[in-house]
Amino acid sequence: MEILTKDFSLAAQMVKLFDDNHDLIFKSDTPEITDRRKIALEVFKRLGFPDNKDEKWRNTDLKKSLQAEYNYYFEPTFQKGIDLARIFQCNIPHLETDMISQLNGWFISENGGIKKHADGVIVGSLAVAQKEFPDLFDQHFGRYADNEKSGFVALNNAFACDGVFIYVPDNVQVKMPIQIVNIIHHDQNIFVQNHNLVILGKNSQLQLVQCDDSVDHQRSLINTVTEVFIGENASLDHYKLQNKNDVATLINSLFFHQERDSRLSTNCITLNGGIIRNENYVRMNGENCEANILGVYLVDKFQHVDNQVFVDHAFPNCQSSELFKGIVDDSARAVFNGHILVRPDAQKTNAYQNNKNILLTDKATVNSQPFLEIYADDVKCSHGATVGQLDETAMFYLRSRGISIENSRMLLMYAFAAEIINHIKIEPLKIRIDDMVKKRLRGELSVCEQCVLHCSTMEKPINFEIDLSKI
Amino acid sequence: MLSIKNLHVAINGREIIKGLDLEIHAGEVHAIMGPNGTGKSTLAGVIAGREGIYDITEGEITYKGKNLLDLPIEDRAREGIFLGFQYPVEIPGVSITNFMRTAVNEIRQYKGLPQISAGDFLKKMEEAKKLVGIQSKLTNRSVNEGFSGGEKKKNEIFQMAMLQPELAILDETDSGLDIDALKIVANGVTALRSDENATIVITHYQRLLDFIVPDFVHVLFEGKIVKTGGKELALELEAKGYDWLKSEV
Repeated sequence: MEILTKDFSLAAQMVKLFDDNHDLIFKSDTPEITDRRKIALEVFKRLGFPDNKDEKWRNTDLKKSLQAEYNYYFEPTFQKGIDLARIFQCNIPHLETDMISQLNGWFISENGGIKKHADGVIVGSLAVAQKEFPDLFDQHFGRYADNEKSGFVALNNAFACDGVFIYVPDNVQVKMPIQIVNIIHHDQNIFVQNHNLVILGKNSQLQLVQCDDSVDHQRSLINTVTEVFIGENASLDHYKLQNKNDVATLINSLFFHQERDSRLSTNCITLNGGIIRNENYVRMNGENCEANILGVYLVDKFQHVDNQVFVDHAFPNCQSSELFKGIVDDSARAVFNGHILVRPDAQKTNAYQNNKNILLTDKATVNSQPFLEIYADDVKCSHGATVGQLDETAMFYLRSRGISIENSRMLLMYAFAAEIINHIKIEPLKIRIDDMVKKRLRGELSVCEQCVLHCSTMEKPINFEIDLSKI
Repeated sequence: MLSIKNLHVAINGREIIKGLDLEIHAGEVHAIMGPNGTGKSTLAGVIAGREGIYDITEGEITYKGKNLLDLPIEDRAREGIFLGFQYPVEIPGVSITNFMRTAVNEIRQYKGLPQISAGDFLKKMEEAKKLVGIQSKLTNRSVNEGFSGGEKKKNEIFQMAMLQPELAILDETDSGLDIDALKIVANGVTALRSDENATIVITHYQRLLDFIVPDFVHVLFEGKIVKTGGKELALELEAKGYDWLKSEV
């Protein structure tokens, strides 16, 4: 374990940490990967951690997060054979998933850290995959997560030694959703960097649920990079659930690389967290790609959520659609920055972008910046952003039927969020998220002893109709 | 039941209603007619309690012996006032079923009654749907979202049937309806009539009053009721137009 103190620049300490620990960081590397790590570190030296002078970070202030004391580990922070069930249980009724877990960024393995299923699907630890499947690993690792995007990505590419590795071979449709649970649980402040790699072969299909949870109230800085390769005509249905404690800082960078005719749907649901920054990069690297990028965030107190979306339309005849909706309460802040790039050859591009917000107080703030950069002439693109209060006329309509102010507000907020929730294609997950959103809106959702997915008072999973009498 | 005395209402400093008096008793149907912009919808909004728009500068409204102006919107509804909107509001994401169940239960709670059972609620829904001829699948849809003009108005009467108000105010419920839809809406209202409740029908045209026969017809003109009569007054207005009134006032 290494201690990063708050007395020196964290960036300088990270560089020193890298130089002092080559043996631990490089231990499973091929020379090629070691070289890439070194390059990434050089980029990090140049970029450093982002600050408010950087246009992309103007509205997200990390000073406090970067000036705290953290523990850093190059080895798992837990014993082999840990009983995960004692720390965490995912209790979504009727949700059957192939669940894999990470604790403080380290893969929790039961049998050697990796499993190869009969259909060729490989699921396991990134560290183990690096050793056992070096070809696959070298072919994809660090190829999509561009160091130049931010100091966090570069730092992760240099340091990350573990995470989740998923490989779906060509023509395989994975029936059961895979669920990655990423838990932070430690008795000290902790800085975690993990790196997930997901590879979908041609014509394959996968549903992937990524959960980020805290199970304690310690401060943490989490720098996660997930690289996803979606092969030709493959389809990925991806969900990201974020429920962190109020002193957690989560930097979550997702890189989706789509080959021709592939389909991506990604839905990011942020329910709680201190500072959460989601960077979604979608590269359309062939014709006829389709991407739906959705998100909903419900923040209050002094929470901060920042969603960045960059869609790179590099080839013709692709479609992308973004919709992010948020309800911002108390002194919370939300940031949205959407950037659609349509390159000169990407004719017949359809790209839509929308960000809608409801501000519940005068102190809550939203910074929304939709941005289109178009170099082709035969395209359909649109963007929009709204920030508003609850609709007065709708409030009057509901109240004129005898519904109280509180319940009318609740109904309208729920309805606002439901537009995103309704896109969830895994039914039990939809019901559960729906419950959580209702709880969140009522102020009943918090980081529980276990996880919010394990609420002691579970609501009845009925027909997806809200029992408004309970709201 | 409802007593309005010397009501003055301004919107943005401009007086819209200028000393209006109206008495309504249980069992009566009143029609309020008049040209555009004379304060008909303002009157409806004031009775329902819409906030933030109207400035009540003078006068009083008592309802069942209570000062109506003291009650918030939802309590007026719970006390039995229902406004059928001229422009029903679309509420995406909220199904009609849930909307109505919440409303029915909140009203019952106000009256000290237990929550309605699922069976009773469904039965009530079926009856109300039959009354206005709306299809089952409509009630699973979001409130008014993507509804046609006729469907929206039928949905208002459906809600009225669900909530069984004592005083219903129908604000231009006939506007934008073809004759078939008009008949359905009117028949619904007529079926809900009883000796215990009263209805105010606000309308521009006499047409609706062929189907909902009023006991009284009032003509609202420039913020005041300038003429009151029986159902024949509506016919007279239809024949002579509102200009005839202008010359009389």
